[in-house]
Amino acid sequence: MVDFAYIERVLPLYERAAVLTVQLGIEGILLSIVIGLVCALILYEKIPVLRRFVMIYIEVSRNTPLLVQLFFMYYGLPKIGIVLTPEVCGVAGLAFLGGSYMAEAFRSGLDSVENIQRESAYSLGMNRMQAMCYVILPQAVSTSIPAFLANIIFLLKETSVFSAISLMDLMFTAKDLIGLYYKTTESLALLVVFYLMILLPVSIVGAVVERRVRYAGFGA
Amino acid sequence: MADTVLEIRNLVKKFDGHIILNDLDMNVQEGEVVVILGPSGCGKSTLLRCINGLEEIQSGSVRIQGKEISGTKENAGLLRQKVGMVFQSYDLFPHLSVLGNIMLSPVKVQKRKKDEVKEEALELLKKVGLADKADSYPRQLSGGQKQRVAIVRALILHPEILLFDEVTAALDPEMVREVLDVILSLAKQGKTMLIVTHEMQFAKAVADRIVFIDEGKIMEEGTAKEFFEHPQTERAKKFLHVFSFEDVR
Repeated sequence: MVDFAYIERVLPLYERAAVLTVQLGIEGILLSIVIGLVCALILYEKIPVLRRFVMIYIEVSRNTPLLVQLFFMYYGLPKIGIVLTPEVCGVAGLAFLGGSYMAEAFRSGLDSVENIQRESAYSLGMNRMQAMCYVILPQAVSTSIPAFLANIIFLLKETSVFSAISLMDLMFTAKDLIGLYYKTTESLALLVVFYLMILLPVSIVGAVVERRVRYAGFGA
Repeated sequence: MADTVLEIRNLVKKFDGHIILNDLDMNVQEGEVVVILGPSGCGKSTLLRCINGLEEIQSGSVRIQGKEISGTKENAGLLRQKVGMVFQSYDLFPHLSVLGNIMLSPVKVQKRKKDEVKEEALELLKKVGLADKADSYPRQLSGGQKQRVAIVRALILHPEILLFDEVTAALDPEMVREVLDVILSLAKQGKTMLIVTHEMQFAKAVADRIVFIDEGKIMEEGTAKEFFEHPQTERAKKFLHVFSFEDVR
């Protein structure tokens, strides 16, 4: 039998955990968007030296699991005197991971803008900066929106490993409650429901936006 | 005597060691319409791109109203406003409406007042027969309409000279006409223009002077009548022969 009294009692704990998950998720995602945009522009403009660092960063970030990155920051860095709170570690880890994925999304968008667009901008008297801001970037961003939204969903799901550095997120709460009360079914069902409540709206918005970008485009 | 708008001296342009433009000299006076003809790959488009500073040149000089355009990165933008260019492929900005396309540069680069620019933009659109398309997006327009918008977009910056790089090459015949009519009316208004085209009848009608280029050099130049009726060089005769057909029956 499903224990509804139990569910009612632990619901506030899940709510608190969901708020934390969403909050850290949003912070990490916003940071990763900034990192991604900066990295993509460095790659696109082929800025010497910085470009090498960005390439190394992207490879490291994409080829190590978030769990390992979090462990490194939470358990590794204090050994050399850098002590971070679990919250900071979570956000920083998500941003470190997400930055490279966002960079790739933006970069493919930038690459999809034809060179003639840049040349037209130049021939209308714009400088490099103006051509980027008014002509290239808007087109690149709209092309990268589907990839961008897929990354957001991916990153929100990745927050489930936050529990490993003792952040009281949804996953942590569920595992904790299972340990305390042994109500495995109820606890896990609540976990699934809460993740769905967070991610389904994002997915739906993503699907709608993607359809608009693909079939309609500008002027629809 | 009219002022010289464009002055090209000893222009040399190379791509990977291949000489595209070979020691080329050319002048365009104010109000003059010069048509550049020549076989494909002769360097016509490259010449226009050099005038607009889109290509680096290896030696020589390109001056607009006496000011050097090449190698001057700082004021390249400023000088480019004096040179309006329309490309072969419709190169409108797809994320902006027709009006947005036209107003972007005057407002953001020339820092002119939005209202004043908009008024002029609508006026110009009316002149090219697109008054009702101001709020359309490029993908909703035909090729000919896009090209006319591109011309307006160049015109609104009040350039000293307009460059047309085979603007009708990718268009259907009827659309070619509507675009060429716009260019003809600009010629009537006394605009200074340098036109690369493969439309011989149009060249004949619009040109004050024809410049025939081959292998990166000016082979021949003269009035349209001179060039089409009495070409001097063998190369030009051969080129013109391509456009005439003999009866086969």
